[in-house]
Amino acid sequence: MIQNLLDILITGLILGGIYALIAVGLTLQYGVGRVLNVSHGEFILVGALSTYTLYVGFGISPLAAIVVITPVLFVIGYILDRMLFNYLRKTSVNADAFSGRSLLASFGLVFVLQNLMLLIWDANLKGYTYLNTSVSIFGALYGLNRLLALGVAVGVSVVFYIFIKSTRLGKAIRSAAEDPLIAQVMAVNVKQVLAICFGLGAAMAGLAGILYSMMFELQPGKGIELTIIAIVVVVFGGLGSISGSLIGGFVLGLVTSIVNFIDPSLSLVAFYLIFILLLLFKPSGILGRQIHAD
Amino acid sequence: MLISTIFNKRKFTLSMILLSIALLAVVPRFLPPYVIISLITVLMYIILTLSWTMFSGSTNYISLATAALFGVGVYTSAVLSGSFPLIVIVVISGVLSFILALLVGSLTLRLKGVYFILFTFGVTALIRNVIQWWETHITLTVGRHVSSPGNDTVYTYMVIIYALTLIFIFLLQNSSYGMALQGIGENEDAAEHIGIDVTRLKVVTFALSAIFMGAAGAVMATRWRYIDPTIAFNPLLSFLPVLMAIFGGTSMLGGPILGAVIFTLLQEYLITEYPYLYMLLMGLTLVIVILYLPGGLLVLVMRLYIRLMIQWAKTRFQWQMLKTRWREEWRPKVSMELAQRRLRLQWRLGRKRR
Repeated sequence: MIQNLLDILITGLILGGIYALIAVGLTLQYGVGRVLNVSHGEFILVGALSTYTLYVGFGISPLAAIVVITPVLFVIGYILDRMLFNYLRKTSVNADAFSGRSLLASFGLVFVLQNLMLLIWDANLKGYTYLNTSVSIFGALYGLNRLLALGVAVGVSVVFYIFIKSTRLGKAIRSAAEDPLIAQVMAVNVKQVLAICFGLGAAMAGLAGILYSMMFELQPGKGIELTIIAIVVVVFGGLGSISGSLIGGFVLGLVTSIVNFIDPSLSLVAFYLIFILLLLFKPSGILGRQIHAD
Repeated sequence: MLISTIFNKRKFTLSMILLSIALLAVVPRFLPPYVIISLITVLMYIILTLSWTMFSGSTNYISLATAALFGVGVYTSAVLSGSFPLIVIVVISGVLSFILALLVGSLTLRLKGVYFILFTFGVTALIRNVIQWWETHITLTVGRHVSSPGNDTVYTYMVIIYALTLIFIFLLQNSSYGMALQGIGENEDAAEHIGIDVTRLKVVTFALSAIFMGAAGAVMATRWRYIDPTIAFNPLLSFLPVLMAIFGGTSMLGGPILGAVIFTLLQEYLITEYPYLYMLLMGLTLVIVILYLPGGLLVLVMRLYIRLMIQWAKTRFQWQMLKTRWREEWRPKVSMELAQRRLRLQWRLGRKRR
């Protein structure tokens, strides 16, 4: 019994680490830029599948792949925001119209990315083994890769939290999230900051994808599942709250591992159920600001 | 303003509606069967797009629950297939979709903006997953066969549903309720202030629009003959109506129809010509439409038409000016000149003669 509980706890923490990373990426894009990027999951898969190619094809280890993949995705995200969402931001009448239009545009991106991935990597399941020696914690065995992923996720989360709280750019990001207009008055280059946020979100997605590829099998088309997870975690933590999505990630990771323990095929149903109940009863999330009436 | 004063004349719209229904009812009798089959698909998308526009077009609440409301119809039809005549099944499906939409609507229409979009998307996914889980774990059979009454009957049913949808929207838009919905879309708080029961109106309209989706679903199930949860609740069916309506333009009745027709034909073409690139191209189109066609194709066409009309009026005005100048400046000059010449000639001739 205690063995089971411990098992659920540690699996939950490992899942939670990944969820937290995924959600922080989306929080940057939605909380600051007001772009509810539904193609987030596809970015995660792009990261994961390129890690697979780098590891299997060129023998570059996933940890080294971080150095290659995250900057590339950052640049892609940056360009995407400058070209696409910035134009939408400029031409929309108000914030509501912008969030609707950007949501639909990112749905378009989902289809584009998904099918590009299908063309590059075929529809078969892909997986590789990396560092799969097992480590025993209190008698239960865990793959070293999973613990490594947990370590990286927690490390990156902490570094990112410090970055947001104390650097100049972090302050600019927070001010742009709070009130873009006033931030602009205070000499923050909001356009630049929003593009950087989108790029950082994409880079986070890539990083999460690298960690994801170390533990799970990959397939183009799984992206929408990951997006849903990200959205649920972000809504759970409160839209726009970075610490909220870090905490929410770990909480929902634990929930998933509990549901998986009962019946793995119910995990998606459970996710949608949590999501819908959350939207109904507490749309502002656990740490979110109160949603304004406007 | 200009567009609506010129083109939203009720008689014009009504006669176009009746004309399209009459054409759809009569013409296909003389066409080969494959045209009827593709017309059924076109009609399905038109009905879905129109009923999506009925609620979302005027209120600006983007609903992604179309697949759920349509899928309920499909599933009802599949479950009841054979035990009732088709007309009863269609009615039951419409009623069930209505009830589902009423439930979803009364739960969610307090939510605004992105939350509503996400919720409707989530509901569709939840229903699909629950049914899939139910079928794989409880009944242990996935997918059902549906008996078909033949393509001609299916076509007739689709035309009837199309006619009902169009006429219903026409009546709605020309009633005070349509005005109130428009008001919600423009400014919800202001609409509430002038005494519109905003929530009830939204919920009821959302539920009424679902009837047509459910009915269309019930008929389409008999056209497809085999269905499972992924076919019935295909998320693409949530996005395509949105895309079609925005592409065509939601401000006029013709917009969604135009969008649906163009997109369905485009889809059929892309699927046969580029099956691997099909979804990619659809995605790209979605992005481009959102970026560059915010008002829709019909508005663009209307704008061009109006520019043309203005140009035409200008040209006519200039022509008139030319005519007046001819009458008042040049013709007197010319006739004076001619008269002088004649006189001079006469004088010269006269002098010679003398």
